Amino acid sequence: MPPINWNTFSGELSFLFVGVGGQGIILASDILAGVGLKLGLDVKKAEIHGMSQRGGSVLSQVRWGAKVFSPIIGKGGGDFMIAFEKLEALRFCDYLKKDARVLLNDGAILPIPVIQGEASYPTNTQIVEALSSITRNVVWVNGTRLAEQLGNPRLTNVILLGALAQWLGLPDEVVLEAITERVPETYLAQNREAYFLGNHLPISQM
Amino acid sequence: MKRLLSGNEAVARGAWEAGAVVGSAYPGTPSTEIMETFALFPGVYAEWATNEKVALDVVVGAAYAGRRAFTAMKHVGLNVAADALFYVSMTGIEAGLVIVSADDPSMHSSQNEQDNRQYARFARIPCLDPSDSQEAYDFMITAFTLSEQFDTPVMLRMTTRVCHTSSPVEVSEERMTVSTERKYPRNPGKYIMVPANARRHHAWIEDRMIKISRFSETFSGNRVEMRSAHLGIITGGIAYQYAREVFPEASILKLGMVYPLPVEMIRNFANSVEKLIVLEELDPFIEEQVRLMGVEVFGSRPTEYPANKSIFPVVGELDPFVVFHSAVAAGLLPRSQGDEVRWKEEKREIRFVDIPDRPPVLCPGCPHRGAFYVLHKLGLPVNGDIGCYTLGMTSPLNAMDTCGCMGASVGVAHGAAVAGDAERHVAVMGDSTFFHTGMPALLNVAYNQSDVLTIIMDNRVTGMTGHQDNPGTGKTLQGKETVAVEIEPIVQAMGITRVKTVKGYDVKEIERTIKGWLKMKGPAVLITREECALLPSARKRWIPLRVIPGLCNGCTLCFRVGCPAISQSPEMDPVHQRPLAQIDPLLCTGCEICAQICPRNAILLRSQVEMETSGDEYAPH
Repeated sequence: MPPINWNTFSGELSFLFVGVGGQGIILASDILAGVGLKLGLDVKKAEIHGMSQRGGSVLSQVRWGAKVFSPIIGKGGGDFMIAFEKLEALRFCDYLKKDARVLLNDGAILPIPVIQGEASYPTNTQIVEALSSITRNVVWVNGTRLAEQLGNPRLTNVILLGALAQWLGLPDEVVLEAITERVPETYLAQNREAYFLGNHLPISQM
Repeated sequence: MKRLLSGNEAVARGAWEAGAVVGSAYPGTPSTEIMETFALFPGVYAEWATNEKVALDVVVGAAYAGRRAFTAMKHVGLNVAADALFYVSMTGIEAGLVIVSADDPSMHSSQNEQDNRQYARFARIPCLDPSDSQEAYDFMITAFTLSEQFDTPVMLRMTTRVCHTSSPVEVSEERMTVSTERKYPRNPGKYIMVPANARRHHAWIEDRMIKISRFSETFSGNRVEMRSAHLGIITGGIAYQYAREVFPEASILKLGMVYPLPVEMIRNFANSVEKLIVLEELDPFIEEQVRLMGVEVFGSRPTEYPANKSIFPVVGELDPFVVFHSAVAAGLLPRSQGDEVRWKEEKREIRFVDIPDRPPVLCPGCPHRGAFYVLHKLGLPVNGDIGCYTLGMTSPLNAMDTCGCMGASVGVAHGAAVAGDAERHVAVMGDSTFFHTGMPALLNVAYNQSDVLTIIMDNRVTGMTGHQDNPGTGKTLQGKETVAVEIEPIVQAMGITRVKTVKGYDVKEIERTIKGWLKMKGPAVLITREECALLPSARKRWIPLRVIPGLCNGCTLCFRVGCPAISQSPEMDPVHQRPLAQIDPLLCTGCEICAQICPRNAILLRSQVEMETSGDEYAPH
């Protein structure tokens, strides 16, 4: 994909954030919605609260455009997926367009049927192979491990945002401003560090 | 200035700017954040009520007293509050009264799917149906004006998608003046609904609806967007967004007020287009009325069950994909248009692998787990209720047989008992549910002396909706210290003498108590008390436990508590060749339920882990 000029961008982009309750998905999608607004775009961000938080699958959707109508993407409508959990990338891949781009965090949270030994968790090779019928634009990020190295596993979300910003060529100052608006001041320095860590990852496919 | 607000935040903001001074609600997804947000504004009184019916009575009281007030509840909350809805429609009000009803199409977090626009027609009140956060904000302010203009409560009908979608909102930052000067307006002829007054009022409210129907013809929230005359779409609420997304060329009659309908506007619109369809989520609420007007709607209605819709599904939430494919099936849109591939149904062979389900589960450290483990083990019939503990139904606990609505557990168990079911029924509900509707049901058990064993799982908070305070927590919605109502004396005052409180994590004591009570007749109440493990105060006590590899022999017993923190490790027991257990230190809270169940004491207790970290030797217990 050629680099986007964000000063003149007037197209539409739809992002899917998927993972498991408690991974910081809602915050990450909030920040990305804020980025869209700062870029002068119309923005909608849709999510589901409640029962799905209790260890269940979580899906948050962000749409950018000159004018956004539907807050939800619908099957086959997504341009980007940011998967905090590998299995969830497969679960929601029907929502992606052909050749959509997928940022895959190499982290697994085992669902109960797997813990019980009733089902097995797919390998990374199986996951990429399964996704390949829809897209080969898959980039792995070791967000969880990098966040642990920073001393706080909860920073995974901002590391992934950093990687996404790199992939999209977003201006750092805009993303950092959106982060500043949504993160408590005491955690700001950590989050900046996490953002740049993700933003400077050497990812060959980008 | 434009702010990114969720629909719920926008409603709260609109209420505040409209000068609402009282808000009362019971938490319920997807409505909860409305009152939580309203409570933060200056110069307002906002509370968690014990249930939705109480909440509606409270705001009716405020509106009778001449103050703008509102309540917000999930769709099924209005079932609880329906009694109040109907009398306040009959009386009218002194100051604006708005009832926010948040429907949950597709039941993301609900027990049933219902279209609460029907309540507006049923109770003869106007209904506004916003399609994004801006309209949620605008319509909330409009709702108060309409309420006073027509002397009626007004329903603002939200749906999960509008509640939990954030979009830019232009807000005014200013609040309308709040009147504080008035004496209580006495008007018994208007506000006492004895038959003589009520008969007069029924005629009056029917007339009121005719007036509002006339008003709706010029209401700015109802508008025509003329594009191609080939297809016209009547739509409202979130469905408007799908109409714009999927039918960019079509002309649209966008209804902000979905009850009562603007008859002339609809007729004129129908006459200006070649083909007319109605696009709405859930019931054919608008479609039926449009057909009743004698206006021709494209698509034949199913003859077997004419209450169904002709083109779009009556079940579940709509989205652009569903709308597109329904339109294609009805012949309204071509399957593909040039390069347009959105929502194209492709045969996708992605199932090289099975994708394991990820059902919601009781969290690691959930204090409800102990009692459900025991109930599963004893194999008793369990009548459940609405809350986190409904997840006691999930595998491997499988410890629930029924769950209907708030407070149903005890009544349903009582019914089975008096019907002569030979098995002892256990009713299970949480602390907040006990205060909501559990109390009258338990009083019925006490009064009629059935053999129901009730477990009140008191985790000191309203959990499922995201940690709201309730009468047991000692705090109000606005953070004031208050009385922490005790459950035990309430139960005792009902005349139930067999009442015991056990710690939620004490599996052995829970089992001993239930087993003992099974031999006795009459009502019994067991209160299992333990703070929700996700509360900040409980998080401070988290200590991850550990499996001692030499002692674990892979017997799998600990897997049966259904804790996401315990899984099979890659290591095998050398004797039986079974995978050993392992505990995820990031998930484990140290509740010790697994440790109590382990027959080989292969899981370190908290005290042992603490000793270990302080450098001392430990001995297996």
